[in-house]
Amino acid sequence: MTIKRLLIANRGEIAVRIIKAAKTLGITTIQVYSEADETMLAVSMADESVCIGPPPAAQSYLDIDVIIAAALEMKADAIHPGYGFLAENAAFVRAVKDAGLIFVGPDANLIETMGNKIAARQTAIAAGVPVVPGSDGAISNLDEAVGVAEVIGYPVMIKAAAGGGGRGIRIADDEASLRRLAPQAQAEALAAFGDDSYYLEYVVVNARHIEVQVMGDGDDVVHFFERECSLQRRRQKIWEEAPSASLDAETRKALCESAVNLATRVGYVGAGTVEYLYEEATGRFFFIEMNTRIQVEHPVTEFITGFDLVAEMIRIAGGAKLSVRQDDVPLNGHSIEVRINAENPAFHFLPSPGTITKLETAHDGGVRFDHFLYEGYTVPPFYDSLLGKLIVHGQNRAEAIAMLHAALKSTKIEGVETTIELLIALAEDDNVKMGHFHTGWLENWIEKNF
Amino acid sequence: MTDIQSPLPGTFYFTPSPGEPQFKNSGDAVSEGDVIGLVEVMKTFVEVKATASGIFDRYVIGNEQPVQAGQTIAKLT
Repeated sequence: MTIKRLLIANRGEIAVRIIKAAKTLGITTIQVYSEADETMLAVSMADESVCIGPPPAAQSYLDIDVIIAAALEMKADAIHPGYGFLAENAAFVRAVKDAGLIFVGPDANLIETMGNKIAARQTAIAAGVPVVPGSDGAISNLDEAVGVAEVIGYPVMIKAAAGGGGRGIRIADDEASLRRLAPQAQAEALAAFGDDSYYLEYVVVNARHIEVQVMGDGDDVVHFFERECSLQRRRQKIWEEAPSASLDAETRKALCESAVNLATRVGYVGAGTVEYLYEEATGRFFFIEMNTRIQVEHPVTEFITGFDLVAEMIRIAGGAKLSVRQDDVPLNGHSIEVRINAENPAFHFLPSPGTITKLETAHDGGVRFDHFLYEGYTVPPFYDSLLGKLIVHGQNRAEAIAMLHAALKSTKIEGVETTIELLIALAEDDNVKMGHFHTGWLENWIEKNF
Repeated sequence: MTDIQSPLPGTFYFTPSPGEPQFKNSGDAVSEGDVIGLVEVMKTFVEVKATASGIFDRYVIGNEQPVQAGQTIAKLT
């Protein structure tokens, strides 16, 4: 059941990336596009293409029936979802299977389990993967709360059981503040939701975001080491690197093995990412979620390991076994990716769609630019602002940062506003150079510098 | 007649969220700075504000329709 005709149910840079991988495997590529995307690079690169509807994603890239119909009409035998859109939509995966097609990714039940916070947490616990400590169930008695907090450790977050929208949330640093704040949180939760019970959860202070790339074939799972993505703005990753500079060899081994244990327990098939919060002060890591798709930041992992992850996930979807054993996955040097967005950092990060009037990029050794641009191309306003990803690979982190800085300086994208200047300033920052940051760091830095 | 134009390209909305009443109706008094609609551009919602005061006449673009930068979205009298 090797895949011969692959439909790419996505757009932008990841569609280009998938087409390149499919071509190395000799697979015919079929690109879908909305009416706003007829001129995009992936359409001209693909062997065939098919229009799936009007610009709004809900009527095109998110319309399950339309995409399945296009796949059948074009006689595709498989669908690659990329990331975002329908990549983690269990109903879509079922529809693909029901149409007799291959979905490049895990099965619908697994996506559902990992997409459910409680089920994912229970699966992690069953696999022996550490999770953020918290109360087992809802609490409404203060003495019970104090007892639970002693076990999980301070600071603790008090979260309304019926909660949402941040209401009823308090953070207590010690027993005295818990005794003071819990009743307040209860009163607020009672007023807002008619239920005064709450949960307690350990707060990882100055957490780093570290994630492990895994790949499974249903029998075996291997990891491709970790990525650190702590530099985020509004939970959107801006700068990603591999490996993480904050892990020692022993912690790296434990972290990566825990991700393999989780993926093995669920019989994982395809590419996946297990995400953790890392507490640098204590060396502890805690599972937060698993993403059941290829990630935006996968190129840094490809650079340090030398593997084409997108091609591997397509091969596995076609029925092949993993092409590599764990001992044969190397970790070479250091890689950093930055996301270049069509946004104006000097003006509230206002999005900036428009026509690319000039495009100049440097492609020396160890530099990769994954994008979907060409001079004269009009970036439409209907989708996300990612223009491309600049990725470098150096012998060590300091060299990678220097390479990134030089590559950013020689990248010219005109006609739209971009975040390139912000990324250059980041590459020049002493804290960034020393690796001193956490998930809350970038927003403070932006406030001071932009 | 005063034309209110969209400052950005994207998708135009004349209600704050689905199912809610529209921002302005025919005959409403409009003050400069009042929110007339929203434009969704690259997953970000940007308010379109009245550039003049007057009486609201009508929207000239449908809800959830594509809009170009500089395109008229509503008219005041």
